[in-house]
Amino acid sequence: MTSATGIGARVLRTEDKRFLTGTGRYVDDLPLARATYAYFLRSPHAHAKIKSIDISAAEKLPGVVNIFTGKDLVDAKVGGLICGWVVKDKHGEPHKAPPHPVMAVDTVRYVGDTVAMVVANSHDEARDAAEAIKVEYEVLPAIVDLARALDKGAPQVHAEAPGNLIYDWEIGVKADVEAAFAKAAHVTKMDIVNNRLIPNAMEPRAAAAEYDKGTGNYTLWSTSQNPHVLRLILSAFVLGIPEHKLRVIAPDVGGGFGSKIFCYADETMVCWAASRVGRPIKWTAERSESFQTDCHGRDHVTHAELALDKEGKFLALKVETIANMGAYLSTFSTAVPTYLYATLLAGQYTTPLIYANVKAAVTHTAPVDAYRGAGRPEATFVVETIVSKAAAELKMDPAELRRKNFIPSTAFPYQTPVALQYDSGNYPPIIDEAMKIADYPGFETRRAEAKARGKLRGIGFSSYIEACGLAPSQVIGQLGGGVGQWESAQIKFNPTGNVQVITGSHSHGQGHETTFAQLVHDRLGVPMDQIEVVHGDTSTTTFGMGTYGSRSLAVGGSAIMKATDKIIAKGKKIAAHLMEADAADVVFENGTFKVAGTDKAVPLAQAVFAAYVPHNYPLAEIEPGMDENAFYDPANFVYPSGTQICEVEIDPDTGIVEVVAHTAVDDFGNIINPMIVEGQVHGGIVQGVGQALFEGAVYDKETGQLLSGSFMDYTMPRADNFPSFKLGYKVTPCPHNPLGVKGCGEAGAIAAPAAVMNAVHNALAPIGVKHVEMPATPLNVWQSIQGAQHAAAE
Amino acid sequence: MYDFAYHRPKSVADAIALLKGKEEARPMSGGMTLIPTLKQRLARPSDVVDLGGVKELAGIKVEGDRVVIGGMTKHGDVATSADVKKLIPALADLAGHIGDPQVRNRGTMGGSVANNDPAADYPAAVVALNATVTTNTGKHAADDFFKGLFETALADGEIVTSISFPKAEKAAYMKFPNPASRYAMVGVFVAKTAAGVRVAVTGAGPCVFRVKAMEEALSKNFSSDAIKDIKVPADGLNSDIHGSAEYRAHLVGVMARRAVDKANK
Repeated sequence: MTSATGIGARVLRTEDKRFLTGTGRYVDDLPLARATYAYFLRSPHAHAKIKSIDISAAEKLPGVVNIFTGKDLVDAKVGGLICGWVVKDKHGEPHKAPPHPVMAVDTVRYVGDTVAMVVANSHDEARDAAEAIKVEYEVLPAIVDLARALDKGAPQVHAEAPGNLIYDWEIGVKADVEAAFAKAAHVTKMDIVNNRLIPNAMEPRAAAAEYDKGTGNYTLWSTSQNPHVLRLILSAFVLGIPEHKLRVIAPDVGGGFGSKIFCYADETMVCWAASRVGRPIKWTAERSESFQTDCHGRDHVTHAELALDKEGKFLALKVETIANMGAYLSTFSTAVPTYLYATLLAGQYTTPLIYANVKAAVTHTAPVDAYRGAGRPEATFVVETIVSKAAAELKMDPAELRRKNFIPSTAFPYQTPVALQYDSGNYPPIIDEAMKIADYPGFETRRAEAKARGKLRGIGFSSYIEACGLAPSQVIGQLGGGVGQWESAQIKFNPTGNVQVITGSHSHGQGHETTFAQLVHDRLGVPMDQIEVVHGDTSTTTFGMGTYGSRSLAVGGSAIMKATDKIIAKGKKIAAHLMEADAADVVFENGTFKVAGTDKAVPLAQAVFAAYVPHNYPLAEIEPGMDENAFYDPANFVYPSGTQICEVEIDPDTGIVEVVAHTAVDDFGNIINPMIVEGQVHGGIVQGVGQALFEGAVYDKETGQLLSGSFMDYTMPRADNFPSFKLGYKVTPCPHNPLGVKGCGEAGAIAAPAAVMNAVHNALAPIGVKHVEMPATPLNVWQSIQGAQHAAAE
Repeated sequence: MYDFAYHRPKSVADAIALLKGKEEARPMSGGMTLIPTLKQRLARPSDVVDLGGVKELAGIKVEGDRVVIGGMTKHGDVATSADVKKLIPALADLAGHIGDPQVRNRGTMGGSVANNDPAADYPAAVVALNATVTTNTGKHAADDFFKGLFETALADGEIVTSISFPKAEKAAYMKFPNPASRYAMVGVFVAKTAAGVRVAVTGAGPCVFRVKAMEEALSKNFSSDAIKDIKVPADGLNSDIHGSAEYRAHLVGVMARRAVDKANK
């Protein structure tokens, strides 16, 4: 159906009314009678033995209700936090799994590690008491420098992970790759750092919990991207509260970017303590706590080599990466630099041989886990910067080198040498369109004009592939993933014809309430204002895997489509009865059941009413009610692709890099709401440019203190850092899901860093700069220019 | 924040009386530094004396060839004042680029100068224009007022009542903002007044400082060419994750030249 509000329409977001008028309801907004407030005492040291914790003075302070330490959890036999993905190393052994106590017992391992929880009548009283807790630490040497974490003699983070090594993993056949390199006409080599990022969702993490003594039921409100998964982890592994006695609600959530997928100490403690305190407990992270304790993202050190023949065809790619896990293994940390990273190293290219070796290391830093793109931005950065470097070395046009190596459109489904099978794609028209939008032929004129103004102008490409909507469950299980990768949906009509669409996906800014309503409206003809999308509560949704990895539309949306199929099938039977026709002759069009070739018609609302008031109803054949559940387990990942072209101007006197133009052409398959997709692409590009030019988590190498621990020192990208983006689309529908859709949530962040850095290198190449590390801050760029000038002078 | 007693006096005399004899009492003007400090529990004053109710401290007036700006005058008011724009447009321009609109509608000149944050903008203007800082007890020449990191000539119980700036023949301020905080990482104010040329630098060091070599060169020839070979030593300059001392020293030269060019426009 094509309509003003159906699939493909730019429908304004229905949820924005409450968000823009301050009537959204976030965890911190909850009015809970007799609430207490939690405050967590955190480690000021990167690595220390806890010699003693004295809470005696703190306990006596006014308003203090309870104080818990790690020892209380040991006594109560509370389990540790888990890592839910078992990665097997190159010898087939499972990764090292050092314990991750909810609160530190005898050792703290990063600045921000949880030491004690104070519960008091007010936030300030809890904080006063936390300051009165006396902890005696024996400070130990810390390792925060990833490049040195695996060195002999580096301080050890866990006895269970000798040499700080969690796993030494590989994919591909090294000998085959080496043989290809031996025959190469040209080899491009590169050493790069993928900088550590701090997610900084607008709403900090928060939790509130209540225990009902009469029933033994717990309710936990949490800023979670996947409340069912959180409940499953807390029930089955950490707290032992039976699943049916624990209700997890993730109400309005203000952004996650991955950081709210995981099960953290804070919500675990708030939930656990609720029954001990006997009153509700509320906790909201302060911004500085978010900086210190939200799982960080990226943080790789990589050496890569690309072998090419004399025509510029890629022969083989070899990648060696050390990935930082932080001090403990967070929920999905182990999968990010392996199955979500190395499997993407083919990019859009026919590179026949790929070998990747990934060593995961623990350090005395905050845990690292999935962050917008999770592994794919790191892979894209490796592939797309080495391809551009190779083009520069071979004095080839970077677009031409890419084109020469693109997987041809006739080759799909395409089996890569790194496990994935790309289902669909057509890359050449995408780069053509991007070059047209970006006016690539006019670049040299713009560069000359910039030079006359004293600016160095550069252009950079990034042609990304990504795999999102992890699937299918069986394969994920074989790879060590601990959960299924389906999604559920329920379509529940009310007798008056309006409908609740209950999804296991979770919206924390993505606009699902609009997009999903458009699907149902388009399919069933129910007006948009008669559709309510319900999510985020384990008591209202059968089960859900939640929202991450750009999976919600491809997997959650497909589940909704399956549920609409069931609604239509049942409706046909009811309508056939009402029209005294054969169900096989009934068709469903524009929200109405019809008998082909007659004027008989029953609107869906009439069939729904009959289902709930079954006075004239085929009760012998079908049950009353109009309420259908569906689970959808995809056959494969979906594979969005695209090309971004970034143009920068650099002020050589100050080192400031300005993004002056940024083009993105994407293939997201079919598009449901172009306005929402544009918003996702814009936000993604901003985060990707943020990584390239601005953001970087910096720990002091000696003390392990987080130097970029506030917005005073952690540079967030801002609106005035950006031009208006130029976007375009090409569509190759996904062949294996009912909507033909791919994911759009992470693409911008995946592609942008390489586009920006290729532009930076292109701009600086004429003055002899070989390499600039991310983030390309003014200082960094200026120092690189100085280095090049010194080198030229010598 | 910790508990403290809050006062909102209506006159300078009442404010001083409230501050007197209380070692841990703190005056508050716009609170743009103090309130975040309190919220982070980095300060624990016994009393906070909010000067926001002291009407006599706010306002801009012209006295002959000088502009006199009350201590409680907000940045936004300095930025939009017709008098400031006419006599010292560079000062209005500087004020219009402090923080964001919220800060400019709360933060005050007196508060900024008295706090003497090494990355604040106003100290550069006060020193480059050789302004006079007037307090409830007397007057301070600009060169004697700023003593060091967060340190001024103000005694306990002394508050900035106004600052008097001479008219500038030519002046401009160029700021290189810290990428994260957007405070001045290096800010250079160049001014040519009846008394001569001055170049004052904020952000780069622990306290605002003058670059005498540039002043001498510009006195002879007020053009960016005149200072293009003058290097500011990196010794003693600030160094952090955003900028090494060498980088800051380099930026002082770049910003000074750009400020001169801007002043000549």
